[in-house]
Amino acid sequence: MRNTKLVSLEEAIRRSGLKDGMTISFHHHFRGGDKVVNMVVDKLAEMGFKDLKLAASSLSDVHAPLIEHIKSGVITGISTSGLRGELADAISHGLMAEPVVFRSHGGRGSAIANGELKIDVAFLGASSSDELGNATGHGSKSICGSLGYALPDARYAKHVVVLTDELVDYPNMPQSISAADVESVVVVESVGDSSKISSGAIRDSKNPRDILLAKQAAKVIINSGYFKDGFSIQTGTGGASLAAVKYIREEMISRGIKASFALGGITAHMVKLHEEGLIGKLIDVQSFDKVAAESIAKDPLHQEVSAVEYASGQHLGSATHALDIVILSALEVDTQFNVNVLVGSDGIIRGAIGGHQDTAADSALSIIVCPLLRGRIPCVVPKVTTLITPGKSVDVVVTEYGIAVNPARPEIAELLKEAGLNIVDIKDLAAKAKSIIGTPDPLPFGDKVVGIVMNRDGSVLDKIYNVNEL
Amino acid sequence: MMFVPGNNPGMMADAHIYGPDSIMLDLEDSVTMAEKDAARLLVHNALKSIDYGGTEMVVRINPLNTPYGKKDVEAVVKAGVDVIRMPKTETADEVRELEAEILKVETEIGRVGETKIMAAIESALGIVNAFEIATASKRMMGIALGAEDYSANLKTNRTPGGAELLLARETIVVAARAAGIACFDTVYSNLDDMETFRKEVELIKTLGFDGKSIINPRQIEVVNSVFTPTEKEINKARAVVAAIKEAQAKGSGVIAVNGKMVDRPVVLRAERTIALAIAAGVISEEEAL
Repeated sequence: MRNTKLVSLEEAIRRSGLKDGMTISFHHHFRGGDKVVNMVVDKLAEMGFKDLKLAASSLSDVHAPLIEHIKSGVITGISTSGLRGELADAISHGLMAEPVVFRSHGGRGSAIANGELKIDVAFLGASSSDELGNATGHGSKSICGSLGYALPDARYAKHVVVLTDELVDYPNMPQSISAADVESVVVVESVGDSSKISSGAIRDSKNPRDILLAKQAAKVIINSGYFKDGFSIQTGTGGASLAAVKYIREEMISRGIKASFALGGITAHMVKLHEEGLIGKLIDVQSFDKVAAESIAKDPLHQEVSAVEYASGQHLGSATHALDIVILSALEVDTQFNVNVLVGSDGIIRGAIGGHQDTAADSALSIIVCPLLRGRIPCVVPKVTTLITPGKSVDVVVTEYGIAVNPARPEIAELLKEAGLNIVDIKDLAAKAKSIIGTPDPLPFGDKVVGIVMNRDGSVLDKIYNVNEL
Repeated sequence: MMFVPGNNPGMMADAHIYGPDSIMLDLEDSVTMAEKDAARLLVHNALKSIDYGGTEMVVRINPLNTPYGKKDVEAVVKAGVDVIRMPKTETADEVRELEAEILKVETEIGRVGETKIMAAIESALGIVNAFEIATASKRMMGIALGAEDYSANLKTNRTPGGAELLLARETIVVAARAAGIACFDTVYSNLDDMETFRKEVELIKTLGFDGKSIINPRQIEVVNSVFTPTEKEINKARAVVAAIKEAQAKGSGVIAVNGKMVDRPVVLRAERTIALAIAAGVISEEEAL
């Protein structure tokens, strides 16, 4: 190859023109197995960089080593969809001087596309790449399937470095990230722990509460008026969401109804329905398990999309605009139907916005599935700890104590009542939770802003304050 | 009737959301010696503070000849329990002893006669005395089989077909019917084998039981689907009941439905089918008319 882009990580960083104060970006398709973020930031620290802004599509437990890099001033800003584990805990307690900016997946895609979030150097892990940078989520070592969240970075970042642990012969086709967007290719020993990137086969939940919630959610969908031939659907990966798919499938078969497409994080459940002919096409921004990752590689009706094509609120072509039904989870829902999926009832950040805001806003019917009580924690509350998805985007809340329908959607309430479902006022659900648990003490928030929650249109929705020890 | 350990607040808090007909909070075998007092306190407070809706609340107490039995009676009667389930019942005298204990507490709180008794029969002696046990007190609402202890007492094991339980099951149904009270079958504990569970529920329904004891909400659907009458059964029962009403209105003693003569047992069965359909929520009381 005459024009190889193969270099060491250090050389790639040097060539990128990265300077103190600039923004670097990463994707989270390797999930809990990701090794790219820590590897790159370790190297940047070693090379003496300071004051870098880290723009990740999401961060998780595995990124705890960033705490040291924040303390030493290597990383001074973070934007992400979510935070979990020790890093989230430290940030909630006020680790950073600058608040973390939280965006939805669609919101991040839009912000990158419209220049609000400028990325100087994107470090994008890939399961395989050729030496010119045609990169994919498929390989023999680690496979993650779709690279949808990395695609806006690849397209809009000023400089793109692909990191891979499997260098393949040119041309690596079909590619997710195009060589045309890539400046350097770095071969590393491992981009991720494959056992933590994608799990294996379908596991059906045996938790009776999940099963109860799933059956109720399925009944809501089936009787909502949107369950007809050609409908489209997105579900999450929680036990209840996945179990709901099972009951919806049975009803689709018995009524002879087929879906046009399933969207979002694609799971083995959706692949199964697609292969059975019950779902026409799969639109995949993130492959949640090995079955989904393998399917996207071989099935032309299972297609990868970028975060912008998936859920941007500012691009009319995004898939969420065509979505009929979405099932979502929640940490808390309040009596105004506002949802929190980011900050725990202890005030500590422990989640991710993901596509919650985007799909709730754009879908024709958004259903939140959430137990009324998680142990001693009430999940339907008078006011959410942190506002992530505004209540005007939320249509139905399914709990084990009844189903609440947003008063803005009386026609749905009517249909569900006719079907014999237990429709209750959301204020009664909050009162029920309070009657069982009581009113928790207010959280010991401080006055330092540690996080800013952005709406998908780029406006600020809420602020997260530091929390003091209880 | 769903069994819920009396030392597990998480399970006790929302056992009713799965829709069992009754919940049995257990103070006996699922609670270790060290936790007896704590569980009693927990069950007392659960009964007093949790809104279980219309679910019938049963508590299985420890036998009266243990240091815990009488304290259990006091705690749960004071909390307003619907039914006390007496374990390992072998004689009518034991039932009367429990009745006296209940009355003592009820008198103290001014709630006389509200607490019902269910006796679990779990030994050969108990089966031999089944009818006497069933008729030992006006408070008796039902008798139930406890198969693990019973099969151990018989010096045999439980088998999937349940041959070892046949006499006990039939004896309990016969004793309950003779006494005019309800009868409930034992638990099935392999949650991963829903097929065998379903066969067992079908068997005990055929034998005449009113219901099945369960240990997990996942078993509710199977029991309900077996015990809920089919649409065909309901329609047939309605035709029978309608015909008998018409006959009564005309003063005629003999009726026929679809050309077949209908006698009293057929009418009783039809009424039971409709009662079950209403209880299962398949038809409303108005629709039954």
